[in-house]
Amino acid sequence: MASVSRGLAAPSWSLRLPPAVRWVYDYLLYPIGQMLVFIIGAAVVLTLLAYLLAALVPEPRPNIILADQISRQLPGMIISGISIGFVYAMIALGYTLVYGVLKFINFAHSEIFMVGSVVGFEIMRRIADSGTLQQWNPVVLIVTVVLVSMLVSGLLAVLIERIAYRPLRGAPRLVPLISAIGISFFLIDFVRATEAITRNDFNLRYPTDQLPWLTQSVALQFGTTTVNVKPTSFIVVGGAVLTLLALNYFVNGTKLGRGIRAVAQDQTTAALMGINVNFMISLTFFVGGAFGGAAGSLFGMNVGTVTPYVGFIPGIKAFTAAVLGGIGNITGALLGGLTLGLVEAFLNGVLVYFPALGQRYTDIFAFSVLILILIFRPSGLLGERVDEKV
Amino acid sequence: MATLLELKNLHTYYGQIHALKGIDLTVNEGEIVTLVGANGAGKSTTLRTISGIVRARSGQVLFNGQDVTQMQPHDIARMGIGHVPEGRRIFPQLTVHENLEIGAWNVKSKKDIEERIEHVFQLFPRLKERITQLGGTLSGGEQQMLAIGRALMAMPRVLLLDEPSMGLAPVLVEGIFEIIQRINEQGTTILLVEQNALMALEVAQRGYVLQTGKVVLHAPARDLLADEAVRKAYLGAH
Repeated sequence: MASVSRGLAAPSWSLRLPPAVRWVYDYLLYPIGQMLVFIIGAAVVLTLLAYLLAALVPEPRPNIILADQISRQLPGMIISGISIGFVYAMIALGYTLVYGVLKFINFAHSEIFMVGSVVGFEIMRRIADSGTLQQWNPVVLIVTVVLVSMLVSGLLAVLIERIAYRPLRGAPRLVPLISAIGISFFLIDFVRATEAITRNDFNLRYPTDQLPWLTQSVALQFGTTTVNVKPTSFIVVGGAVLTLLALNYFVNGTKLGRGIRAVAQDQTTAALMGINVNFMISLTFFVGGAFGGAAGSLFGMNVGTVTPYVGFIPGIKAFTAAVLGGIGNITGALLGGLTLGLVEAFLNGVLVYFPALGQRYTDIFAFSVLILILIFRPSGLLGERVDEKV
Repeated sequence: MATLLELKNLHTYYGQIHALKGIDLTVNEGEIVTLVGANGAGKSTTLRTISGIVRARSGQVLFNGQDVTQMQPHDIARMGIGHVPEGRRIFPQLTVHENLEIGAWNVKSKKDIEERIEHVFQLFPRLKERITQLGGTLSGGEQQMLAIGRALMAMPRVLLLDEPSMGLAPVLVEGIFEIIQRINEQGTTILLVEQNALMALEVAQRGYVLQTGKVVLHAPARDLLADEAVRKAYLGAH
């Protein structure tokens, strides 16, 4: 059963440790260790594959030695892969949490992400318009932007569930799916109309140019190569790690998280235990939506300009990531997101050297991954089953 | 004896199927009452209607004098009706400890929860050995113990038990019935649904015989055990 199982949680034998040690192990060491293992593992595998490609096609164009190019770009590819991977992972969590509880794919989630990015823009823009942007402490500013977009996106997700999904709960599975697609279009047009009316433009530019600390690249030295990294990459990774740790604690360490897991595994029995199932479903939508909102505003700060249409591609890639990792599985969303992010970064770096191919074709590979996974391993990388005994 | 649970002319449908056709039933405080009958007679449906998982189309469920017929399942549970569902329905990916904690969902104090867990472990020492195991990895008998323990965590006034002996080895069945009696002696009223009518009538004070959604017979358990027709139809006597 794919369900919101123990997430990033430590194995249950850690229950035998003394409580304080157990807390640190369960909620800090184990999840951080798992993220590191995923990042290092995916990076190592992709590095090997890249060099294998270089061995097979040593000189894709005259005078271009692929292996040399790869060596030069490797650190940069890994860093950008990790930062985009964490964004995918955060969005993927929204799909996976909701799927885990309702066995339903919330196709409006990409637009919840988009709304998060637009809310992030609105806050930053308004602060900039009031002329106080430079006076803000960077940490306070980012935390404020991310928290408000989490709140708005979370509440939006709850509202969508209440209006568009709950009345259809007994209906065939295709019906809420279509409702989700309808909501998706509605949100795109609603945001577009609102921004067009209020700002006469729906290309929304984050005022990041006023913040040198956010836009000036940091030069990192790796051996002989220097990589320029945007500070936003660090913010994305840092923000994602913090929110993932918080999610892990929430799902595995709190009573409400336990309730969500119980509802995910068996709604009827959860109700018999006195759990208000509808409340838990709303809560799940809130948490998933909040993650989409956080990802949206971090993404917005990273790319600088967002539009009402910005949700679709990251949304569908994050969905791919969720399926890749095993939909319904929190750890799987993380693994799938990081893997997909790194694959894309590597392809971005390598494809330019092949005649007639280019970075534009990266997406073909991302979606080929989706199709291959759906054909050969629909349960995803981590979608293992714990069978119920009857 | 005060009436704790009372069903009045209860009608329940599954779509077009008329599953309960006017059930009248009372359970008094402190009793063990059993529902016996063939497959499809409506025994489980009766319990599910009491808990609110299935909506009654008409009729009333009164708990402690209060009408709970239209209440949500989680509110009914909160009032003090515990339900051990058919097939145990353990949360397979929660540990034994977590399953028990979920049973005490509406208990605020952590100290109370831990005390109740200790109480459950006194009834079922085996569960204590399995405390960190996932529910889905337990054996059938252990799952049944966990299902009963989990329901007891809420300290219900009445416990609805649906087929607690199903699929268990005969040795384990004896054990489960002993536990049911012990729980009852500790003050919990019990409404028991069983395929194993013989065992059920031996522990119960009163029994109801259900047939295609109706109560066809209702008498002290001792009398039902002695009744020739009942023996023939439900107790496998020839």
